[in-house]
Amino acid sequence: MEEILLLDAAERYLRGEMTPQEKTTFEEMRHTNPELDQLVVEHHFFLEEMNRYSNIKAFKNTLQETQAKLEAEGVLKEKELGPGARVVNLWKRYKKTIAIAASIAGVTSLLTYAATNIVAPKADINQVTELSKKLDVLTKKTDYQGNELIKVKGDIKVPNVQFKSSGTGFLIDGKGYLATNAHIIKNSSTVIVQNNKGEEFIAKIVLMDNAKDLAILKITDQEFKPLTLPYGISKSSTEIAEPIYTFGYPRNEIVYGEGYLSAKTGFNGDTLSCQIDVPANPGNSGGPVFNENGEVIGILSTRQMQTEGAVFAIQSKYIYKALEELKKNDAYADIKISTMSSVRKMQRKAQARKVQDFIFMVKGN
Amino acid sequence: MKVYPNDDLLLKGLASNDKEAIEAIYKENFGLIQTYILNNNGTSDDAKDIFQEAMIVLYEKAASGSFELTAQIKTYVYSVCRRLWLKRLQQSNRYSSPVESLEETVPVEEELEEHQKKNEAYLMMEKAMGHIGEPCKSLLEAYYLQNKNMQEIADNFGYTNADNAKNQKYKCLMRLKKLFFTQYKNGN
Repeated sequence: MEEILLLDAAERYLRGEMTPQEKTTFEEMRHTNPELDQLVVEHHFFLEEMNRYSNIKAFKNTLQETQAKLEAEGVLKEKELGPGARVVNLWKRYKKTIAIAASIAGVTSLLTYAATNIVAPKADINQVTELSKKLDVLTKKTDYQGNELIKVKGDIKVPNVQFKSSGTGFLIDGKGYLATNAHIIKNSSTVIVQNNKGEEFIAKIVLMDNAKDLAILKITDQEFKPLTLPYGISKSSTEIAEPIYTFGYPRNEIVYGEGYLSAKTGFNGDTLSCQIDVPANPGNSGGPVFNENGEVIGILSTRQMQTEGAVFAIQSKYIYKALEELKKNDAYADIKISTMSSVRKMQRKAQARKVQDFIFMVKGN
Repeated sequence: MKVYPNDDLLLKGLASNDKEAIEAIYKENFGLIQTYILNNNGTSDDAKDIFQEAMIVLYEKAASGSFELTAQIKTYVYSVCRRLWLKRLQQSNRYSSPVESLEETVPVEEELEEHQKKNEAYLMMEKAMGHIGEPCKSLLEAYYLQNKNMQEIADNFGYTNADNAKNQKYKCLMRLKKLFFTQYKNGN
C-alpha cells in the first residue's frame, strides 16, 4: 500500500501537479531518502521510454499508411534496373570469373615472354660491362648522398638520451603548456613529450611543485604548432560517483580507461587530491581525468599506488593555483586556460576521439 | 492543402506526425534511395524498408526538439540510407564494394549509433507490452498515453470505483516495469 502512495506521489511530482508546499516536502524527502530518489529517477526514465514507444508506434503507423497510399496512387513505382545498373550487376556477378580469366591470360603472356628471352641471343658482353660501370658510379653517388643525409639528420635529431621515467601529460594551453606529475620528471635535465602519432617534441620544465606532485611543461620545439583545445579545465569539485575517464600511456600507445570518483579526498585524507576508481599503471601518471562533460577534473597520480592499491587524482583547481604562481613571471603571463569544453554535448566516443590528440607521453632522463 | 516551402517546416510536420509532411518527404526522396539500393544489390522491398528506418531516424531527431538540420533533408536522408544499407549488406555478407553515386553525404555514424540504442529500448518496450496482456495493456495506455483520469477508466473498464482501477493500474505498471527492466539490465 505504502508503495502505491509513493509511486502516486512520484507521478504527481513528475507531472508538476504538486502544490509548492508539497513539492518542497517531497524534494526534501528525495534528498534524505536515496531509495525514493532512485524510484523517481527510474520512474521518470520509464515514463519517457513509454511515451517514446507510443510516439514511434504512431509514427510507424502513419509511415505504413502513407507508403500504402502512395503505392496505390502509383507515385512509388517499382523501378526496373536501368541499363547502367544492369552492367554493374553483371560485373559484380561475374567479377570472379573475369578475374580468373584475366590471371590465366597474365600467366600465359609471362611464360611466353620468359620463353622468348631464353631462346633469344645474349646481349653483347661489352655493353654489359659498360652498364655495370655506370651502375658503380651511381652506387657511389647514392652512398655519398646517404652519408650527407645522415650528417644533416644528426644535426636536427632529438637528442639521443636514455629516458629513465615516463608518464603522461596533457595540454592545458594550446600554445604548448602541459600539466603532468612532478615525480615523473624529477631530476630530469631533458624532457621529451610524444603525441599519439609518435611525434616527439622537446619541452622544458617551467614549474615544479613536489608537494602537490604537479609540474607544468612548455614545449619549446620549433616543430610544434599551437592548437585549440577541445576540453576545459574544471575549477569546481566533483561529486562522488560521478563517471570519469582517463587517457594515458602505460605503454607506447595511448590507452583509455573509465571509472568513477570514489572519494573526495586522497591518500590519508589529503584534500589536495581525490580518489578515483579506474584501471591505472605507473605510465598513466600525469594523465588527465575527464568528467562526462569532457572537462578535466584532475590529474591522475599514482605516487601512492604501490602502498595503497588505490588511484588518486590531484584536483584540477590546483592547476589554476599553480598558474597564478607562474604568471607572476612575465615570460609566462600569456598562459590562458579555459573552463569551457567544446566537446561537452558529445557522446563519450566522440569526446575521446577529439581529446586524445592533446595527450602526450612525457619522458624524462 | 498546406504547402511546405522549406525543410524546417517539413521537420516540424514530421515531429508532429503530420501525414502531408511525411508524404512530401516520401515523394521528394524515395526515388533517389530506390535507385541507390537497386544499384547496390538490393530490391524494391529493401528500399522501402531502409527508407522507413531512415524516416524514423529523422523523426527521432525532429521530435527531440534540439535538432538543427545542418544539411538538406535530401542529403541527410540519403546519407542515413546509404549507411544503413551498407551495414545491412555487410551483415548479410552480400557486401561488395559499393557503387558510389555523386550525391553529397554528411557523416551520420553517431546518430545511427544513438538510433540503434533507442531502437533496442523500443523493441524491449514492445516486447514487454506484448507480454502483459489485456486488460493491463489497454489500462496503462488509457492512463499514461491517452491521459484519461481514473474515474473514466473505471467506467470504461467496468471497475466499481476509481480506487479499484488505480490498484489494478498499479499492479499492471509494476509488471510492465519488471518485464522492461529485466530486459534492459540484461541487454546492457
